Amino acid sequence: MGIEEIQDEIVDEFSMFDDWMQRYEYLIDLGKSLPLIKEEDKTEERLIKGCQSQVWVHAEMKEDKLIFTADSDAIITKGIIALLIRVFSNQTPQDIAQSSIRFIDEIGLKEHLSPTRANGLVSMIKQLKHYAIAFQAKMN
Amino acid sequence: MLTEEILNIEKIRADFPILSRKVNGHPLIYFDNAATSQTPKQVVDAIVNYYEFHNSNVHRGVHQISQEATDMIENARDIIKEHFNAKKREEIIFTKGTTEGINLIANGFSAILQKGDEIIISALEHHSNIVPWQILCEKTGAKLKVIPITQEGKLDMAAFEKLFSNKTKLVFVAHVSNALGTINPVKEIIAKAHQHGAAVLLDGAQATPHMKVDLQQLDADFYVASAHKMYGPTGIGMLYGKEEWLNKLPPYQAGGEMIDQVTLEKSTYAPLPHKFEAGTPNICGAIAFGEAINYINNIGLDNIAAYEEELLKYATEKLQEIEGLKIYGTSANKAAVISFNIESLHPYDIGSIIDKLGIAVRTGHHCTQPIMDYYQIPGTVRASFAFYNTKKEIDNFVKAVKRAKTMLL
Repeated sequence: MGIEEIQDEIVDEFSMFDDWMQRYEYLIDLGKSLPLIKEEDKTEERLIKGCQSQVWVHAEMKEDKLIFTADSDAIITKGIIALLIRVFSNQTPQDIAQSSIRFIDEIGLKEHLSPTRANGLVSMIKQLKHYAIAFQAKMN
Repeated sequence: MLTEEILNIEKIRADFPILSRKVNGHPLIYFDNAATSQTPKQVVDAIVNYYEFHNSNVHRGVHQISQEATDMIENARDIIKEHFNAKKREEIIFTKGTTEGINLIANGFSAILQKGDEIIISALEHHSNIVPWQILCEKTGAKLKVIPITQEGKLDMAAFEKLFSNKTKLVFVAHVSNALGTINPVKEIIAKAHQHGAAVLLDGAQATPHMKVDLQQLDADFYVASAHKMYGPTGIGMLYGKEEWLNKLPPYQAGGEMIDQVTLEKSTYAPLPHKFEAGTPNICGAIAFGEAINYINNIGLDNIAAYEEELLKYATEKLQEIEGLKIYGTSANKAAVISFNIESLHPYDIGSIIDKLGIAVRTGHHCTQPIMDYYQIPGTVRASFAFYNTKKEIDNFVKAVKRAKTMLL
């Protein structure tokens, strides 16, 4: 499935919830299913530092696709990364680099996050795209 | 025993319109009072009244409304002086807030300290209470010594006594810890410091909303506080300094109001308090600060302290019913602040979920990373209470925390 279709799917899923407690419950469940980064890969350079919670992201190429793993000490943050990874993982670096992320606005996620978490979300997306651009450069 | 009925909390709550609003579809429960307290209508009215009828610059106008504004700001200084029992009104300096007060003192001491002199601070301090002294030490070659804390979140007073030397010039501690709520034994600290010839600066940001502070009785050399934690507006605070100390310190900023005579060669400074109040002051803020103190005194700080103690006790008992919940800061002498974690749950997750239920708390390290490092935790959830909070709100808060726990585990 391509990045666009996955985003549609997520928007569909979130439209089924009545309130933000249900959406949080769903994010928490997603957080528990996040493909975890290996402990030894939780290095300083893979850390996206935030004021409130920490996030580690790792990327590796499998054939022509990028595979992401990640972790965070906060579970809701993990749920949000799980959504991003679902969109970005198993896609080509080109597709990731060129993609535009719209599902976050469409499900109203950003406005329901605290400002620190919303900033963290922006830097996470940037970081994932950075990986894609770096791998793209390597391949060329 | 004091009850909500005796203090008539329902009537008090009506003074705070924000308390009747809804957040995320739920009635707001505001338990972030240690970060900033809410402002009663009486204080907002004072702000509006100033701008609608008395707005003008102070201390130099010949016209009527300038004189009115001058009288109003100086009246606020008198209210503050009386409230804190300073000896003289000149010992009260208006600042932007606690942080500016601390920086003013740190800057003043940079002219006094010699290489090798020592400053003592505590491990309980807010970042804004640590960094200015680190910078001062870098500038002057002075040395920073730190009072360690105990498991209960109290200052280790035995260790404190051993930190003194004949080089100790200044001791700086928070009157009440913002992260844990511990009320520090400041009278004892001041007495010890004075025995060693050191001055004492107290950060009263977290103490002044909750208890009566008598500066002459404490014998503090310097004391700083913020209006916005005392039901006043942001951007205004006060610095108290003993007259002899304030005369010794150089001005902090240069500008209008702080000068006496200016020639192109040399200027002389205005007398206290204006020596430290360069530029047009926050006139409206200062007036509103005075009004906030009047408001508190109408309820009575002793009543406030007794009622908040009741809330603290009630909330502590109720929260402890939650399995796996651990409270940080367990001193018997505490302001109405509870810092806690539940098992391995991240404080941010708990805070995010209860926010959706209309409850405002603070999560994170509360700008006190050294305390969090001491307990080896990333942060805590902090609920801090004010006299307008109720036991019913605490019940709903505990229910929400339980719900968050179930969702997250």
